[in-house]
Amino acid sequence: MNATPLLSLRGISKTYPGVVALSGIDFDLQAGEVHGLVGENGAGKTTLLKIIGGAERADTGVIELQGRRVALASPREAQALGIRSIHQEFNLFPALTVAENICLDHLPTRVGLLDGRSVRAQAREAIGKLGVQLPLDTPVRQLNVADQQLVEIARALSAEARVLIMDEPTSALTEREIEALFAVVRSLRDHGVGVVFVSHRMEEVLELSDRVTVLRDGRLVGETSTHDRGEVIRMMVGRQLDDLYPKANVQIGPETLSVHGLTSAGRFTDVTFCLHRGEILGIAGVIGSGRTSIGKALFGMVPINRGTVAVDQRPVHIRSPRDALRVGIGYLPEDRKTLGLVLSLSVRHNETHVILPRISRFGWVDRGRERDIVTRRVQELRIRTPSLDAQALHLSGGNQQKLVLAKWLEIRPAALILDEPTRGVDVGAKAEIYQIMGDLVRGGVGIILISSDLPELLGLADRVVVLRDGRVVTTLDRPDATQERVLHMVTMGAAA
Amino acid sequence: MTERTRARKSRASIVARPTTISVADYGLVLAFLALCAALTVLTPTFFTSQNILNVGRQVSVTAILAAGQTFVILAAGIDLSVGSLVGLAGVVAAGVALHAGFVAGIGAGLGVAALAGLVDGMAIMLIRIPDFVVTLAMLSAARGLDLIYSGGEPIGVASQPFLYLGAGYVGPVPVPIIIMLLVFAASHVVLRYTAFGRYVYAVGGNRRAAAYSAIDVRRVRIAVYVISGMLAGLAGVVLAGRLATADPQAGVGYELDSIAAVVLGGTSLFGGEGSVARTLLGALILGVLSNGMNLLDVSPFYQQVAEGVVIVLAVAISHIDELRSRSGAD
Repeated sequence: MNATPLLSLRGISKTYPGVVALSGIDFDLQAGEVHGLVGENGAGKTTLLKIIGGAERADTGVIELQGRRVALASPREAQALGIRSIHQEFNLFPALTVAENICLDHLPTRVGLLDGRSVRAQAREAIGKLGVQLPLDTPVRQLNVADQQLVEIARALSAEARVLIMDEPTSALTEREIEALFAVVRSLRDHGVGVVFVSHRMEEVLELSDRVTVLRDGRLVGETSTHDRGEVIRMMVGRQLDDLYPKANVQIGPETLSVHGLTSAGRFTDVTFCLHRGEILGIAGVIGSGRTSIGKALFGMVPINRGTVAVDQRPVHIRSPRDALRVGIGYLPEDRKTLGLVLSLSVRHNETHVILPRISRFGWVDRGRERDIVTRRVQELRIRTPSLDAQALHLSGGNQQKLVLAKWLEIRPAALILDEPTRGVDVGAKAEIYQIMGDLVRGGVGIILISSDLPELLGLADRVVVLRDGRVVTTLDRPDATQERVLHMVTMGAAA
Repeated sequence: MTERTRARKSRASIVARPTTISVADYGLVLAFLALCAALTVLTPTFFTSQNILNVGRQVSVTAILAAGQTFVILAAGIDLSVGSLVGLAGVVAAGVALHAGFVAGIGAGLGVAALAGLVDGMAIMLIRIPDFVVTLAMLSAARGLDLIYSGGEPIGVASQPFLYLGAGYVGPVPVPIIIMLLVFAASHVVLRYTAFGRYVYAVGGNRRAAAYSAIDVRRVRIAVYVISGMLAGLAGVVLAGRLATADPQAGVGYELDSIAAVVLGGTSLFGGEGSVARTLLGALILGVLSNGMNLLDVSPFYQQVAEGVVIVLAVAISHIDELRSRSGAD
């Protein structure tokens, strides 16, 4: 270790009413290193990042920047000291343009007026560093999630940063964009910037970080410079996860969903595949390949222009989610917070939205029956909630996701479409979700799994449909679906 | 709340827990009781059955409007047209009643207001014009139709049953109070115990998630405007009955009173959170406040200022509660 660390935290503790979020954490960041921070949800990563970023103040402990004690009382103060954050949740202004958002913290003005030319020039430079293309004059709200993420990153890069905090910067990015981002991070590191990097994708953390600090339950477990995934996971969970993707040994049944020549203008073209009972069918493709649109189309949220869909050999017409529900197709959307749940409502209400007609008589909800159904399901899926009437808002990411799943299990689906079911959930909850999926296929449900986590997709799927630019490239059986091969197919040019 | 408290709590058995009473709920009830207690001490007339029933009758029209407004606001909409619908429903009901009897009259009054609500809802959902704009347009258009129909002249109400709705008594209790209580009881039951009520909260809480839960968002959003319109019609009929005349200018500005009652009750203007019982409390507080200030001989000019201050204070109190419950969020 060389002399004075760039940033040094000693004995940091933080207590929220009734909870110890962090207790006695020491954390060092050298100039010119990428320091990974891992831990399950609730381990205290976010709280620690907030303290470094000035959004929260520690109850006890000392923070030193280049040997000088600093207070970091507000994000503004932290920014003035060269500490920049890229947040999990975007802090963008939807109505402002890409360029304006990027330069927002230090808008160049001329005689008190916004200097549009300098704004664009600065923004172009920041985007250039990232090596990507973004429309400068488009309002941010018109961008997709991945591009918004890039704007957020460019915004942090537009100012001189000594310390860069990256909290899940890749969750919405494609492989190529991640590559570009990593190149930028490495170049920043080589120019002496200290980077704190947090991601749920262990491979990324290990690939990028010079060393990794592991937190568990608000305490420091240790620091390692290993690149051994197993060891880090062991440190995180305090136990061994020998098989991350348990493949249920299930008898594949008859066809339950068959899709032929499905086309939705501008989204996907001539998509054909079938799904059997007891089967997990993976859909692989980059963002924009049509993978999410196909899921939505089968759920009636995206119009189908041509093609046929059959459920249990019977042709069906799906024009709305109610049609999908009627034929037994459930859909877990990619964003549980904005699409999956009504966060302000209770666990009980969220769980029964789709079956209210069934448990109502003349519109009158049978609350006793509802309570029985929800109680049983909450216990079965081990959804951890203080009560059935607690707001969904207060559940952790993994438990929220299990709640969305629970909602669809109530309809006894023939086919269940899961779009990114484990995005942003911790290792323990992931394992539970995989187990639920295993139970489902054993019960004869067919699952369509859409995931950008390739190891997960290949680990769980019986067959993989590979998509590129809205078309099916091929369908691979499990033995043929290697990571290299699929990656190659989803990212390559026209000739496969 | 962090994962660790969650984990700790999860060890406790998962049992039904009665809805906890928050500071905001308490605050509102306490404020109401304190207000009543203060007026009882300060004025000899406030705590008399005569005055209390009087307040109830005065509150009833706005309260009925506010019940409908609660449906709309819970579904994350806003209905600015209800004041004009009070006027329109009044003149139509009175006019039709003159020729075709009170049943047809009242039916026509409620029907025309419900139809206006349907038009609001359809314009919002099918043409996708924002709620605020559509109902603002209806505020203007419905008042215009009201003036066209009535020729700008009040229409007298002579039919006994019609008058009874506004001015009658059941025992000592004025009929409008009974109508108001029935409206609130029914609204409470619908919102709390029916699938439709659940959908209203879901659509207001997160419209996109509601759509992804196979809820017919369009139907729910149109329905709340029909309900609001119909209740505005009912309020218009009651008001015309009470005054024995349908004034084309009746109900001007009532939309704001109804929104004030909903907001004062603590229902979120963003939708999805609140209840019709709170709205009743909000309407009662506004009514008692105004009555008390009359009894205390406060100038009407000052009364309006006081109303404004009370609304802001009440909402501030509910925010304190929110802030307290959110501190410690991670």
